[in-house]
Amino acid sequence: MSAERPPPPGSGVPLAIEAHNLTRRFGKFTAVDNVTLEIPKAHIYGFLGPNGSGKSTTIRMLCGLLQPTAGTIEVLGMQVPRDAEALRRKIGYMTQKFSLWDDLTVLENLQFIAKVFTLPRGHAKQRIDAVIQEFDLRELTGRLAGAMSGGQRQRLALAAATLHEPELLMLDEPTSAVDPQSRRDFWESLFALASRGTTVLVSTHYMDEAERCHRLAILSRGKLVAEGPPETLMDNLPLHVVEVQAKDTEGARKVLHELPAVRSQAQLGLRLHALVDRSVGDAAGIVRDALSKASVGAEVNEVRANLEDVFVAATLGTGAG
Amino acid sequence: MNSFLAFFTRIAAIAGKEVRQLRRDRLTAGMIVGIPLMQILIFGYGINMDVRHLRAAVADAAHTSASRALVADLEAGQVVHFVATVAGPAQLRELMAAGKISAGLYIPPDFERRRIEGDRPIAQLMVDGSAPGVAEPLRALANLPPTTRPGIRPADPRTLEVLTEYNPERRTPVQIVPALIGVILSMTMVVFTAVSLVRERERGNLELLITTPVKSVELMIGKLAPYVLVGLVQTTIILVTGVLLFDVPINGNIVQLYVGATLFIAATLSLGLVISTLVQTQFQAMQLGFLTLLPSILLSGFMFPFDGMPPVVQWIAQILPLTHFNDIVRGVVLRGAELRSLLPSVTKLSIFLVAAVSLAALRFRKSLG
Repeated sequence: MSAERPPPPGSGVPLAIEAHNLTRRFGKFTAVDNVTLEIPKAHIYGFLGPNGSGKSTTIRMLCGLLQPTAGTIEVLGMQVPRDAEALRRKIGYMTQKFSLWDDLTVLENLQFIAKVFTLPRGHAKQRIDAVIQEFDLRELTGRLAGAMSGGQRQRLALAAATLHEPELLMLDEPTSAVDPQSRRDFWESLFALASRGTTVLVSTHYMDEAERCHRLAILSRGKLVAEGPPETLMDNLPLHVVEVQAKDTEGARKVLHELPAVRSQAQLGLRLHALVDRSVGDAAGIVRDALSKASVGAEVNEVRANLEDVFVAATLGTGAG
Repeated sequence: MNSFLAFFTRIAAIAGKEVRQLRRDRLTAGMIVGIPLMQILIFGYGINMDVRHLRAAVADAAHTSASRALVADLEAGQVVHFVATVAGPAQLRELMAAGKISAGLYIPPDFERRRIEGDRPIAQLMVDGSAPGVAEPLRALANLPPTTRPGIRPADPRTLEVLTEYNPERRTPVQIVPALIGVILSMTMVVFTAVSLVRERERGNLELLITTPVKSVELMIGKLAPYVLVGLVQTTIILVTGVLLFDVPINGNIVQLYVGATLFIAATLSLGLVISTLVQTQFQAMQLGFLTLLPSILLSGFMFPFDGMPPVVQWIAQILPLTHFNDIVRGVVLRGAELRSLLPSVTKLSIFLVAAVSLAALRFRKSLG
């Protein structure tokens, strides 16, 4: 995937979305706080963040469903929310929860969406046939949507969202109710769409999904804390990542917890990842010393940051980018 | 595609989808026919506000031709039906205590003198106060002495002359069945639109719909249109049952009746749309829907005469679509009135419809931002 990654913004790539100083408050609560985004065309752009970090609110503002409290938005050259109505024909939106009609068949659902987008009759027929082919729904056309599996429903939802050939596709946590195989297939479809020029905006809280995106924005408590291609974010993490493999994982955790230079730690299977201040010269050495002093037997190595480390670091308030 | 055509295409898409879902939902489809049929039978047979043929006994101590005429007059009035003749008041009390009669007429021995003097009641009517709805009509009966007897001359003979038009036999179904069209439709229609929109919100369908080019007013009209047809089917069921089972005469123009009904159905459905913008769950929608039902039934003139209500209540009643529909339907069905003469009611229903759909569309759009 990295091989076909398009060039980053600032290098003359046209932008699909430009949002400046976007803020949204609900009463006293600030859901999105001064977020500035530049999303290039034909990219898969990820929003990574825990629940309540402002991902959905940001997406809803970008497609004009929610008025921003402050800030400006330009999507596909149109002002939002001013041109939101006209924009609806150019964007496809897939909700977190399956939101087509359970008591309509696959074909009926698609026909309904085609009518709602007022696709001319002949074109509608051709498009419905195309998405049925593309998302492997041929066998299921007469099936009620409510009687399908999570993966099948998701294919239908994506088919419906792309029926009117939107230039921009917004997906709000699209894979939360889907098995791993369906998730893989789903991402294959997204790459196919992006390669044909569709800009895809996807929010997720899965690291592996985030890593597949061409670019990534990490949100924490409504703030944009890191932004860039996943590779760059991992390379430029301003912290040491020390991996600890110990028999007594609990003991090791306690020792790491006591060390002032360790900003955070997380367990990944049997291993511990400790994030250590850049100011420390030999991060692995310090950790190794502390563990042997506490007579906890462990193998300690400094490793390359993975996306989870980036995420943890970013949400600590020491983000990269 | 021009925007006018697109407007109707999207409304047709929503309405068509609604019909498809309705056809697939067998239970609801069955209820569309079943509920009005059941209601009309229950109301038609059950609500009988006339008290007729109450069992009564007479104890005539006077034995004059006038006393026998009084008994015959009361019997002819059909409110009471004399089933026994006994010796005196004591026997009347016995029969009443045993539950065999609801009323007892005692004609005292000095009946003739009382009649001539005219300063005391001429006879006594004993009434069983324990049975609901029985005492009142009987008391009313006692206050209306027979008018055609010689020797009793009211100052103005016409004051006692009771003339009932349009329903000369005073049978309740004749009044009630036409009004029932409105009541039954109020029961079913409000909940239909309210629930159908709220269900789509609960299932997340609306979250998708609002990202499409569908405008909120298109959504409202698309939701409303198919249920107007459902309402007309129910209207027909009630009318046909009324004519076949309860001999309700249709004096007016049936087309005009349907015009009025269409307007009323749309107005009631639009009230359901407004409700859907106020609630979060189907349960709340049902509760609020039924909340509007009671004032409709009580204040629209269905149960109690409209003119007897205090002004404030009359104003509230003016807002209710059922009030105006009752005017229209009674006018058309019973009096054979022209829809033109019912123009004020028609106008008010139209205003209600437009206002409610606009309000629902506006509130719906607001609830998103």
